[in-house]
Amino acid sequence: MAVIRDVIPTFELFQPVTIEDALALLARHGAEAWVLAGGLDSFDWFADRIKRPAAVIDLSQIKELSEVRSVGDGLEIGAMTTLTEVVRHPIVREKYGLLPEAAEAVASPQIRNQGTIGGNVSQDARCWYYRAGWPCYRAGGNICYADTPTGMNREHAILDADRCVAVNPSDTAPALIVLDAKMVIRTPRGERVVNAEDYFIGPGTDITRMTILRPGDLLTAIRIPSTWAGAQFYFEKVRDRNVWDFALVNVASAMVTSGGKIERLRLAMNGVAAHPLRLKTVETAVLGKPRNEETAEFAGKLAIQGAKPLQSNGYKVPLMRNLVKRAIRGVVGEEAA
Amino acid sequence: MSDNELADPRISAEKSVSRRNFIKIVIASGAVSSTSYLFRVSIPLAQASAPGAVERLITLTVNGQQRRVDVMKQETLAMTLRYKLGLTGTKIGCDRAECGACTVLIDDVPHYSCSMLTHTVRGKKIVTIEGLAGADGKLHPVQQGVIDEQGFQCAFCMPGFVMATVGFLKTNPNPTRAELAQGISGNLCRCQDYDKILTAMMRGAENMRKA
Repeated sequence: MAVIRDVIPTFELFQPVTIEDALALLARHGAEAWVLAGGLDSFDWFADRIKRPAAVIDLSQIKELSEVRSVGDGLEIGAMTTLTEVVRHPIVREKYGLLPEAAEAVASPQIRNQGTIGGNVSQDARCWYYRAGWPCYRAGGNICYADTPTGMNREHAILDADRCVAVNPSDTAPALIVLDAKMVIRTPRGERVVNAEDYFIGPGTDITRMTILRPGDLLTAIRIPSTWAGAQFYFEKVRDRNVWDFALVNVASAMVTSGGKIERLRLAMNGVAAHPLRLKTVETAVLGKPRNEETAEFAGKLAIQGAKPLQSNGYKVPLMRNLVKRAIRGVVGEEAA
Repeated sequence: MSDNELADPRISAEKSVSRRNFIKIVIASGAVSSTSYLFRVSIPLAQASAPGAVERLITLTVNGQQRRVDVMKQETLAMTLRYKLGLTGTKIGCDRAECGACTVLIDDVPHYSCSMLTHTVRGKKIVTIEGLAGADGKLHPVQQGVIDEQGFQCAFCMPGFVMATVGFLKTNPNPTRAELAQGISGNLCRCQDYDKILTAMMRGAENMRKA
């Protein structure tokens, strides 16, 4: 725990007003640079002296990063748009109701007033061994303290872990994957657009990073195409307390049905795997099936195939199964209502 | 920093000048020393021309007043308010965005002042608990609600709760009890006095609508 009334160790602060200046500063300071969005993940690292960047590049003064624009038939949400702004945005609410539901489930009102959507999808893992500065795999060491016989791993992954068993803590990540969002990234070599699904990486790809962003890269916007506009959405976040807590498990889905049968489905979860997980097997397996209890049951069982719980997170297996069931059935229930 | 820089030409000058001129120089450099705080200002200003660099001396708008303050780069708003501007009504509880005791309004929106850099609120309107009451000392309707209902036990969390409520009521002036509970759910009370607090805040909302 941080020492109360302690001061964050010194760093050089930059507040560029254009993306170009921000990129130039990132290039100049290289590995010593830290990108600051809302700061709610960053300040814990700084105050605890676990991460000590020499140069903090605060994006808060770059106006174009906090705009929501209509592009083509979709929307482009600037990376510095706060979660509260996302929740309140009329077009987002009208067409992509899944996203405001997920954004509103994040932390507390004050945190949503300051935390940004770009920060929410780029935040670091919450594993307490890692956050407390233990020299684990993710921190460059050669052990995972959570995955040991006495490890505290109630919140950790049951799928796709590779040495590190931490999960991605984002609530908006599964919603963006379901909406087929595109992440707009500025790199020193130009602009790059990647699918939300590919933005997040697991420890098998690079154990020290949560996203494909490399030092010097900047997430500038998130584009939401009209692919799933107006679909039937389902979002549920299970956590210990109703406010502040990160998800134990969350689920997001979008469904289009016709004649009582599932025509299109996208399903993603967070908190179960070492990265936000799209359940493609379930998506294809239920296509054309009627929306009913039987299909939901089948989907739930299919979802948990291959799950490997640790000592203290076995409850995540039935939780995952039931949330998938509810995502399939809940969408049906909402339409019937 | 500037002391050495200013001292060097003086020393080198002493060696090659007459006694009269030496005295003149001593007098002049005394004047320079006494105004050296001006030079300290001008040096960061020169650095600020680099893109994105920040100045140390900034002006904040706090409770309707322009306050000039010398701010470290890594300084949080809660620190500036309490230890530089003497506004100790804003409390620091957890100092890491987990308790809400430090809540202030930035452009009418509640924020945890412990978890934002003071440099990010330049040019914004900051309101703390000290800025709620009228110039004549008349309490804000939400503060009056606290008194009417004896809303708090120890009240360490009160400034944060009041600021969160005032901010929430700007977006929803007529909330249900459940809506208000959700709206101020970013604040904790260790006395577990939530029921009384909610009653007081609901009374505050009512007072505001009447006012």
